[in-house]
Amino acid sequence: MAGRLRTISIPTRLTRRRGPLLDFFVRLVREKPMGTFGAIIVLGLLVTGVSADLLAPYGFNQIHLMDTLQPPSSKYVLGTDQLGRDMLSRVIYGARISMLVGLGAAALDVVVAVLIGMFSGYLGGKVDLFLQRFVDATIVFPHLFFYLAVMAIIGPGLLQVIFVLGILRGIGSSRIIRSAVMGIKQNMYVDSARALGAGTRRILLRHVLPNVAAPTIIVFTVAMGQVIIAEASLSFLGFGIPPPTPSWGGMLSAESRDYMMDAPWMAIWPGLALSLVIYGINMFGDAVRDLIDPRLRGGVGGLGGHGSGRAARALKKKGTAFGRVEKTEK
Amino acid sequence: MRGYLIRRFLLIIPTVLIVSILVFLLSRFVPGNVIDMMVMEMSDLGEAKAAADINEDWIREKLGLDVPIHVQYGRWIGGILTRGDFGASLWTQRPLIDELRRRIPVTFELSLMSLTLGLLIAIPIGVYSATRQDTISDYIGRTFAIVGLSVPNFWVGTMVMVIPAVIWGWSPPVEYIPLVEDPLGNLGQFAIPAVIMGTATSAGLMRMTRTMMLEVLRNDYIRTAWSKGLTERTVILRHALKNASLPLITMLGARIPALLSGAVIMEQIFTLPGMGRLMIQAINVRDYPIISGVNLIMASLVLVCILAVDISYAWLDPRIRYR
Repeated sequence: MAGRLRTISIPTRLTRRRGPLLDFFVRLVREKPMGTFGAIIVLGLLVTGVSADLLAPYGFNQIHLMDTLQPPSSKYVLGTDQLGRDMLSRVIYGARISMLVGLGAAALDVVVAVLIGMFSGYLGGKVDLFLQRFVDATIVFPHLFFYLAVMAIIGPGLLQVIFVLGILRGIGSSRIIRSAVMGIKQNMYVDSARALGAGTRRILLRHVLPNVAAPTIIVFTVAMGQVIIAEASLSFLGFGIPPPTPSWGGMLSAESRDYMMDAPWMAIWPGLALSLVIYGINMFGDAVRDLIDPRLRGGVGGLGGHGSGRAARALKKKGTAFGRVEKTEK
Repeated sequence: MRGYLIRRFLLIIPTVLIVSILVFLLSRFVPGNVIDMMVMEMSDLGEAKAAADINEDWIREKLGLDVPIHVQYGRWIGGILTRGDFGASLWTQRPLIDELRRRIPVTFELSLMSLTLGLLIAIPIGVYSATRQDTISDYIGRTFAIVGLSVPNFWVGTMVMVIPAVIWGWSPPVEYIPLVEDPLGNLGQFAIPAVIMGTATSAGLMRMTRTMMLEVLRNDYIRTAWSKGLTERTVILRHALKNASLPLITMLGARIPALLSGAVIMEQIFTLPGMGRLMIQAINVRDYPIISGVNLIMASLVLVCILAVDISYAWLDPRIRYR
């Protein structure tokens, strides 16, 4: 039985021109210049985060008591803080924290969302009804209040932040996966699989899961930016990642604010780094969404307009006047 | 319409029930070592009670942890429903309800000002951006939106505190000015955080407005309106914006939790005594009854707002209104 099903899937793989990942990046660079720019920023975050030890000129908690609150100079490119710690090194190590939280919490978010979304959407009925009331209840909490309350109970820390953000966000994201699953469920191939005697587990893993890949990737990219902001907000308020670990949000928190009047660079760099990274993730995320799910287009990831640039160009190449209709209409 | 409203109200009941259970469980998961710490902290201060009486059992009793869990829940929810008793501070013994009377208006004022500003910025830019799709002004509008979505509120707030202080030696007022005492001073004080929050809110709203307008502008009735020779103003405002505003209102409901979250940060930076600041203060001193009470109130407020949005949607949409 299993062998027969496997032979069916082979031809579809052969018809593909190139790998889906390569195809995606080729299209990204070709069609979405701003999305590519975003991707470069995201890549920059990952490289900085991974190789922080090599890039940072000093340790993140290396104190120079002789050089407190120094303005930017050749010795300390971005200046120093109230303990004489090099701002550049702290911003670089901060990238590592943002990267870990961004990837970790977004991944957890996706896992939780897919688990709840698949069961709720596929099983339907009472399970769905109950799970959805539970989901409804968690999303009415203003998220920062809820995160703060849970952080207050489990205590601050990197792993705690990743768990709280990932799980609580994932419950909300499950609605996107659920509606995708409900659509997939209607397809003939799900009925065929069931007719062939496939059990729920097999249908979910082999037929539903691969088809929710697109919304899952979108959930991941959106989550990545939002969890980084959420971690920074929590650390800013003093309940995220405890000092001396440099989190960009924590570096802007109340205890350093007293020194910012004398050393404004302390306020500038972490915020700038954070904004740049979020900007990059947003741009990249929009481009990803436009490329893999044309129905959701309309972001700003590309300069190609309402996601229809490619179709318009293709039609123009064929020599039809149709490609122009979009523009003349408005 | 009546059927819709009844259904909408009935759906809210299980949600409220689960919200209350979640909040209730929140304060039940206080770990044991935290209770030990609280015993030490409270004995040091000796504020709440004579130091000798403060021990683990007393705190457990105060947190309601001394009886079985279903009794605890019944007692707690019963107190809220019958006496409006949302619990009291562990430290000051002051009931939460007294705090709420002073603090909810602050958060409400800040959120309302931000939302109004956000809409005032977002709708004109969003409409303009959509009608001039793919022109320079559209790109400027969209860039504004994506930058607004990327720059975190708390950084802008911090910069507003720091930069004017460094350059001109001026900083925003930190002492809260009540609305009834000095209306102008109060509005002036709320203006800065409201502008920051409003700009941030407008970014998302602008993108929604633009997307919705683009959807609507593709419709046949818009083409008909143009070919009838109507002015651009009439087509855009009466035919397009009116139809685009319906989905926008639903999305507005979904933005409310994010708006209230933003208020936590703004209240903290600009020292406004609202719900967010109460939450932070409560966490700092591990005042669990206040923490869960505040969460319950905030979630209920959001539920009420979403319900209001849904009702106004039903009232505005003739397809539901005349059913």
